[in-house]
Amino acid sequence: MSTAFDLFTIVMVIGGAFLFLAGTVGLLRFPDTLSRLHALTKVDNLGLGLIVFGLLPQVNSWTGALKLIALWLLVQYSGAMVTQLIARAVRQDRQDQRQGA
Amino acid sequence: MQIAFDIALVVLLLAIAGWTIVAREAFSAVVVFMVFGLLLSLAWVRLAAVDVALTEAAIGSGVTGMLLLNAAAILRPVEASYARPSVSLRIIAGVFAAAVAGTLGGLVIMFKGEPVSLAPLVLDHLPASGLDNPVAGVLFVFRSLDTLLEKVVLVLALIGVWSLAPDKFWGGAPGLRVFGERQSILVFLAQTLPPIGIIVAVYMTWVGASEPGGAFQGGAILAAMWILVMVAGLRNVPPISSQTMRLAMMVGPLCFLVIGLAGIVLAGSFLAYPAGLAKPLIVVIEITLALSIGITLGLLAAGAPAKAPAS
Repeated sequence: MSTAFDLFTIVMVIGGAFLFLAGTVGLLRFPDTLSRLHALTKVDNLGLGLIVFGLLPQVNSWTGALKLIALWLLVQYSGAMVTQLIARAVRQDRQDQRQGA
Repeated sequence: MQIAFDIALVVLLLAIAGWTIVAREAFSAVVVFMVFGLLLSLAWVRLAAVDVALTEAAIGSGVTGMLLLNAAAILRPVEASYARPSVSLRIIAGVFAAAVAGTLGGLVIMFKGEPVSLAPLVLDHLPASGLDNPVAGVLFVFRSLDTLLEKVVLVLALIGVWSLAPDKFWGGAPGLRVFGERQSILVFLAQTLPPIGIIVAVYMTWVGASEPGGAFQGGAILAAMWILVMVAGLRNVPPISSQTMRLAMMVGPLCFLVIGLAGIVLAGSFLAYPAGLAKPLIVVIEITLALSIGITLGLLAAGAPAKAPAS
């Protein structure tokens, strides 16, 4: 049973790590701020989500599991907010430039 | 496998440390410095020093990073006009820095014999304090004078920042930039996140007696929540003449000092705790300290007074 759990953890964490890698490549390679944000959100949501999900069977208490899930939710929450803030700042910048031109 | 991870971490840390020095703009140097702090806290986790890792992430990377970002933003208009130091000056600085690093590294490598560890001694005497976290034991029992002075230094640092204010602004409010009206998302975040953050801060302070955590980490989270509320414009930045605020800033160090002085009468020496009361007293000190640290760090981030006091 524990082998099955370990296998689950390995698959999930590798999946999460792959998303982190893909998100980082996107962050470095995408042409503008908005698409870079898009790449970043995948890491926050799914990448961290898979890692947390994969680590759940390894936690030895249910409070520990709750803490992991709470962490993921908090990162999700702040990530979504910060993404919005940056995107709005970008839009404001573009409007300012258009008015200036 | 683990050694490969550790080596990769060390190489990355060194590379990023180099980057902070090479970076031309203050802003990018600060951002890289914050990344350095986060990776450094990972290194502390690898060394099983979770308390240090938490402090590094919260203070070394978070609060210090914000202070440096503020400084970089203030310096930005004049940054380009600064002439780069001459080549000879840079070489001399490099030689001195390398000499210091080389001496320290050489001492570590050439040190003969077993390093002296006080850890067994701490673990032997820890049960008497009623604490379970050896780090809290060192901070509040065995080396409590250091901890007390550390909190006083924090207040002194704030006085240093305040003293940068021009005379006409003395007693006024700090010049923290507020983004209240335009960014409604920020307001929403500042309304919803602090309730969670405050619970985490209370938990972090409370759990410090038995597990990694404590007043400094809890206080840093409190400060972050307060800064968020101030930046979003939900609460005004208090003027530095506010008596309530100054009292909140001092309550932690004062409480520590009073309990320490009471130790002379009740337990025979300064900063000693009466038998059996050590843990409750330490918890009281930690709670008041967390509040004071939160206020002080928040005000440090808010910066020097930049508005004339309301008359």
